[in-house]
Amino acid sequence: MAALMETGVKGSTHTATAGRTRNFLNSPKGIMSWIWTVDHKRIGVMYLFAVMFAFFLGGVFALLLRFELIRPTQDIVGPDMYNQLFTLHGAVMVFLFIIPAIPASLGNFVLPLMIGAKDVAFPRLNLMSFYIYVVGACFAVYSLVTGGVDTGWTFYTPYSVETQTSVIAMTLGAFILGFSSIFTGLNFIVTIHKLRAPGMTWFKMPLFVWGMYATSIIQVMATPVLGITLLLLILERAFGIGIFDPAMGGDPVLYQHFFWFYSHPAVYIMILPGMAIISELIATFSHKRIFGYVPIAFSSIAIALVSFIVWGHHMYTSGQSELAATVFSFLTFLVGIPSGVKVFNWVVTMYKGSLTFQAPMLYAHAFLCLFTIGGLTGIYLGAISVDLHLHDTYFVVAHFHYVMMGGTVIAFLGGLHYWWPKIWGRMYDEFWALVSAALIFVGFNVTFFPQFIMGLQGMPRRYYTYLEQYQSTHLLSTVGTWILGLGFIIMAIYLIRSLYIGKPAPKNPWFGLTLEWTTQSPPITENFTQTPKMLWHAYDYDRVLMDENGMVTFNPNAEDEHAHDGRAKHTNGRNGKSHIEETTRSFN
Amino acid sequence: MNQNSATNMTLPQASRFASDVDSLVAFITWGSVILFVLITMISLYFLWKYRRIGAPTFTSPISHNNQLEITWTLIPTVLVFIIFFWGFKSYLDMRVIPANSMELKVTGKKWFWAIDYPNGTNSVNEMVLPVNKPVKLLLSSSDVIHSFYIPAFRTKMDAVPNRYTTMSFEPTMTGTFDIFCAEYCGKSHSGMIGKARVVTESEYAKWLEEAESGGKMSPVEFGAKLYTSKACATCHSNDGTANTGPTWKGIYGAKHKMADGSEVVVDENYLRQSMLEPNAKVVAGYQPVMPTYQGVLKEKQIDALIAYIKTLK
Repeated sequence: MAALMETGVKGSTHTATAGRTRNFLNSPKGIMSWIWTVDHKRIGVMYLFAVMFAFFLGGVFALLLRFELIRPTQDIVGPDMYNQLFTLHGAVMVFLFIIPAIPASLGNFVLPLMIGAKDVAFPRLNLMSFYIYVVGACFAVYSLVTGGVDTGWTFYTPYSVETQTSVIAMTLGAFILGFSSIFTGLNFIVTIHKLRAPGMTWFKMPLFVWGMYATSIIQVMATPVLGITLLLLILERAFGIGIFDPAMGGDPVLYQHFFWFYSHPAVYIMILPGMAIISELIATFSHKRIFGYVPIAFSSIAIALVSFIVWGHHMYTSGQSELAATVFSFLTFLVGIPSGVKVFNWVVTMYKGSLTFQAPMLYAHAFLCLFTIGGLTGIYLGAISVDLHLHDTYFVVAHFHYVMMGGTVIAFLGGLHYWWPKIWGRMYDEFWALVSAALIFVGFNVTFFPQFIMGLQGMPRRYYTYLEQYQSTHLLSTVGTWILGLGFIIMAIYLIRSLYIGKPAPKNPWFGLTLEWTTQSPPITENFTQTPKMLWHAYDYDRVLMDENGMVTFNPNAEDEHAHDGRAKHTNGRNGKSHIEETTRSFN
Repeated sequence: MNQNSATNMTLPQASRFASDVDSLVAFITWGSVILFVLITMISLYFLWKYRRIGAPTFTSPISHNNQLEITWTLIPTVLVFIIFFWGFKSYLDMRVIPANSMELKVTGKKWFWAIDYPNGTNSVNEMVLPVNKPVKLLLSSSDVIHSFYIPAFRTKMDAVPNRYTTMSFEPTMTGTFDIFCAEYCGKSHSGMIGKARVVTESEYAKWLEEAESGGKMSPVEFGAKLYTSKACATCHSNDGTANTGPTWKGIYGAKHKMADGSEVVVDENYLRQSMLEPNAKVVAGYQPVMPTYQGVLKEKQIDALIAYIKTLK
């Protein structure tokens, strides 16, 4: 059966369905073959389960928090419990979910496929990174069952040194998780440098790969600083070394500098992969050559680099010098510009496309809307005088949820739906996918938009009781979380259902052109039957059409690409259009 | 409270620079709304106009346009620089402290604000200010980091242990405004709420006099006032309800077991010691978290509090 597939005989329109062919899911069989697997796809799938579990856990914490906040007084939990809930919500969502979510799960699965590689450069390191993640997660869970942590996910000193909760277990967990993140980043950098298919030059890489590359740079360069910081914090707590302790001549604000030196770039570890997915979704579902490939690729790199020199905007009120605050404010505005450039390019990509509004595209549009709001509200916070008012209020909470959830999580869900057929070889129910996406979009806005208003009214964050004037907006926000929760429950049902009764997925359900769509769904363990040849660019929708089954038609009337793409001078295995004799051929 | 307390959803502009901050907020909001509507309308228009009907086809080879790229890089750049300079300019107004400022010392403690006035008077969680007079706050903390935030004044500043930070503002409107702690500081972070009461110059002088000695009040009345104004009420109930510290109801004359196992009869001396050296004898079952009131409470105020506690039976 597999042999038949691999030949890709012209005219063969049937892709064999999941379960009947050999693929990475069913071969080899047995639990041990998963535990010791070095296949990037299996590791990606294991990561997917892990991060989805973390997302569920963090989500439950969020629902409880919002439930407590329905009324201004104490309702279901006491202050200690509440403080632990918001700390765990933040720590679980940041360290266990959002940082590994896209790179380690979807990225692991898709990146080698996209560049036509058999695996990542260091498959064993990849597996080790997963198990390091598991060990780190165990420490986090251990801290949770031994009394929790109540410092906020930022672990600010001196509070984190004084509190009686299990800070050491949690920070040790985050420290260990950092190594998992560094290894993934390192692996991707080497993979992208060394394992691209013959003919795939840097500027022929799919933009997802560019985004992953930028992300990996930050993971490798910034995460060690977090490691050092958390280690110092652990030493401070365990042995009282005094580096952050004012009573011993230390400086608690130094901790904030160290922490944000990592954690601001980490914001881009979270959002860049989201942007990377959106570039793919917009191009595929517009069925159109991406607009401004080079600006989109370079803006990712620009964001990655500038992200290292803006950390002080988290500290305008910390007592840092006025000069420092001013310089950081100026640099902060610079980082907004490449993000804007991306949004404009995505919108214009749709111009003269052939657009379908399927679930992944719905998420891409939700992203455009929510990320734009998230980005624009960042401008308020970059302006120093406005930030002095809004810092540590619900405005900030709303802003970063619009970027992190409205941006990254929505992009992650878009990517999950986009590659779901490739991962499992099954299609999900499109109708329920649209219903769930709509509920999530509405629920998200009902939850977080009122928080902008509340923040402008001065409501501080991390309050478990509050003054009565904020009740109506708090109530609205809580109702929003129920709509969100319903959307996610529906998603969980139809996604799990699709694994059992979903229609078999073809090779290329969305008529995409990147290499992962040229192989079967789910792919074989080796990814491709032969080393892929670069017969077209990732976004050549003007001259190449690949149907659901991987049959390819070249456009006999295509303009010579030199006329419109000055950078792509390579002819890519063909010698100009006049030499194309067969216009239809199968690929791989 | 009075007409200016923020019980509705509009935040008063109660300081000299508040309206400038609000104008910048309005400027950014309008710019954002215009940009957002533009992006959304164009997206939705493309989505409708170029929707796929039937099978996918080859599409336009358009791939870039340098003039467009330059335009949508430069215009936002200019706009954000305007916003940067505006934010910077109003920041300078907040940070340059007028020479004729009245200087108050504000200390954040878990979980209240202690405020010292130039004449030696102090208050807790209530900052009384004369209207139209520039104020400089010298902030610090005696434990963890707190952040002193008055939304109606549009400014905040962290209070850091072993260090002074400053903030300055000029109240321009009489009324009562919320003071919040904006930096998470533990269990009762959300209870660390005070009031900034902006009054006329003459009311301010009268308040200073009363705060010092209780004016014409009886010791019990004065003690009852101090119970809330010195933030005792944050941790000690007066009706028997459990809280961070022991309730005051019936505490006078009672026999309490201490954390070290000894027993103490609560008398005047024990109450006095508990205010000045709160962690010397901690009642069993409670954490030694109370900060000292040494230097915060005057003799007459300690007497008044003891008189008040005696009445709680």
